[in-house]
Amino acid sequence: MTDARDGAGTAAPPSAREAYRDLLPALMRADDRLYCLDSDTGLFDRAAFAGVPDRYLNLGIAEHNLMGTAAGLAASGKIPFVTTMATFATTRALEAVKIDIAYPALPVRIVATHGGLAAGHLGPTHHALEDLAIMRMLPGFTVVVPGDARQAGEAVRQSVGLPGPVYIRLGRSATPDLDARAAGTGPSAGEPFEIGRAQWLRPPGDVALIAGGPHPVLAALRAADLLAAHGVRAAVLNLHTLRPLDADAVVAAAAGTAGVVTVEEHWRSGGLGGAVAETLAERAPARVARIGMPAAFAERVGGQDDLLGWYGITSGAIVAAALNLISGTPGGGTDDPDLSRV
Amino acid sequence: MAGRAPGAPGDPPAADLPAVAHRVREHIVGMCAGPEGGHLGGSMSLVEILTVLYFAVMRIDPRRPAAPDRDILVLSKGHGAICLYAVLAERGFFPVAELAGYARPGGRLMGHPVRAVPGVEMPTGSLGHGLALTNGFALARRDRRCFTVLGDGELQEGSVWEAAMASAALGLGNLTAVVDRNALQITGPTEDAIGLEPLADRWRAFGWTVREVDGHDLGALHRALTQAETDGAPEAGRAGRERPVVVIARTVKGRGLPSVEGKVRGHYARLSERQAERSLAVLRARRRRAAP
Repeated sequence: MTDARDGAGTAAPPSAREAYRDLLPALMRADDRLYCLDSDTGLFDRAAFAGVPDRYLNLGIAEHNLMGTAAGLAASGKIPFVTTMATFATTRALEAVKIDIAYPALPVRIVATHGGLAAGHLGPTHHALEDLAIMRMLPGFTVVVPGDARQAGEAVRQSVGLPGPVYIRLGRSATPDLDARAAGTGPSAGEPFEIGRAQWLRPPGDVALIAGGPHPVLAALRAADLLAAHGVRAAVLNLHTLRPLDADAVVAAAAGTAGVVTVEEHWRSGGLGGAVAETLAERAPARVARIGMPAAFAERVGGQDDLLGWYGITSGAIVAAALNLISGTPGGGTDDPDLSRV
Repeated sequence: MAGRAPGAPGDPPAADLPAVAHRVREHIVGMCAGPEGGHLGGSMSLVEILTVLYFAVMRIDPRRPAAPDRDILVLSKGHGAICLYAVLAERGFFPVAELAGYARPGGRLMGHPVRAVPGVEMPTGSLGHGLALTNGFALARRDRRCFTVLGDGELQEGSVWEAAMASAALGLGNLTAVVDRNALQITGPTEDAIGLEPLADRWRAFGWTVREVDGHDLGALHRALTQAETDGAPEAGRAGRERPVVVIARTVKGRGLPSVEGKVRGHYARLSERQAERSLAVLRARRRRAAP
């Protein structure tokens, strides 16, 4: 398969994290409860916080203190937006996230960049392939993976009014606008992005592709086009919110199909595929084939698209999985890597 | 549970701090005689610190535990929960009678502080969280004072020092940390584990104003917790920045009960009825000698 670059690289700027960077100061000027807690990410320019300089704080390279400070602010009626890389937010600082933020259910907004394999050549220390499993497990957290820069901005804007803590996972580089890719093709195409409500990008069909995050959703859309050439109608559901999960949409997508292919930029365990499998097992059993990073660390240098290709998070892999479901071919059940692919 | 609350909730604090401290110690013994026992040693070392803070230093109103301008205390050494519960009850945040329900199934007085208990600001118990939390509280409103009490063994947690750097860098002059320096952790002296000395120098090097006191001397604690901020030591502070204050309170683990004072074995205790009675008798005898 040579389809690793499923649409990425053809995008217009900005990236999701730039959209967030550009939006946050305006939100802060309109609402004096909002803070921007930076951890020396280099994403923000202090000058952008004109009018609210006291509420932009670079707390340095210290993620535990970052999360604890955010919790203290939130317990005082503030709404801090905390930014660090996804892996640092959810593994290095996890105990503070769990005990200081989730346990008291405080309205901290963790906006994490470099989700999934976005850090590419920087390697496994900077990849975040466990963050969604961890965050959707923590009681009370809303967990969102916007599909593009526009959705990232919407997620950030909508998060302000939510009651508890929120985790928003962003990538690194720019990706295409999903609305433009999907216009007019699904029951809810053109409807506004709404946290907690899955987005139909292709209507229910013979097989369902349920994806989250820019690259997986783009790969699913491309796979749906490829499947159409095989005479297979594939639903595409952008399951951008993992918690609260839009279980009705998941069940509706699976109903009457040969099965569901889940696609995510995450280790196969515990993330979107896990959430879909749990939901279907309990509400409407269906076969599920999970596309995601096998249980392995990247072993050689690759950009995000290279890694997605090598580890099979591609439209080709989605097509193969969908055709296997339709033909009733047995398979799945392991997260271990198929080393022949790598 | 012996002792009584000093009047109705919201009444002015009792002036008789030694009497309050004595009652708090009796409550601690009572809770350690409950179904699960309790962290006896580190609660006894903490009594005067929390008594002074809640009865003579902090601006708080037990009738309005969520008042936005209240002073804040985060008990970073969350294993001192039974001391905190006893002080909050004595201060009128909830009925003293509820202390008898400590660690009993279905109640809210868990083994580490729970936010459901009026007066408890944040859940603690995993060590090394309180100072970062207090940084956030202090940043949110600089017109109130924010306190955190740390154990000394707790200072081995690296997160304490992340937060300590930040408190100074952010100029949080409204933040005061108290270290309950009882010099013991579960396995023995702190200095035999990962030593903390020279402790005062370490805090100074992190940009803090340091005060060292006898942590069982109510008057000395009060002075250290209320005196004006800078101590005339601006040289280590950043220009135009206020410095946070740390009070290193030298204490005795298990203070008040000679059988466990300064001894490792008093770290956690499940007291029999007889042991509890004996302990109360010892406390009362000492109290009579101190205040005939």
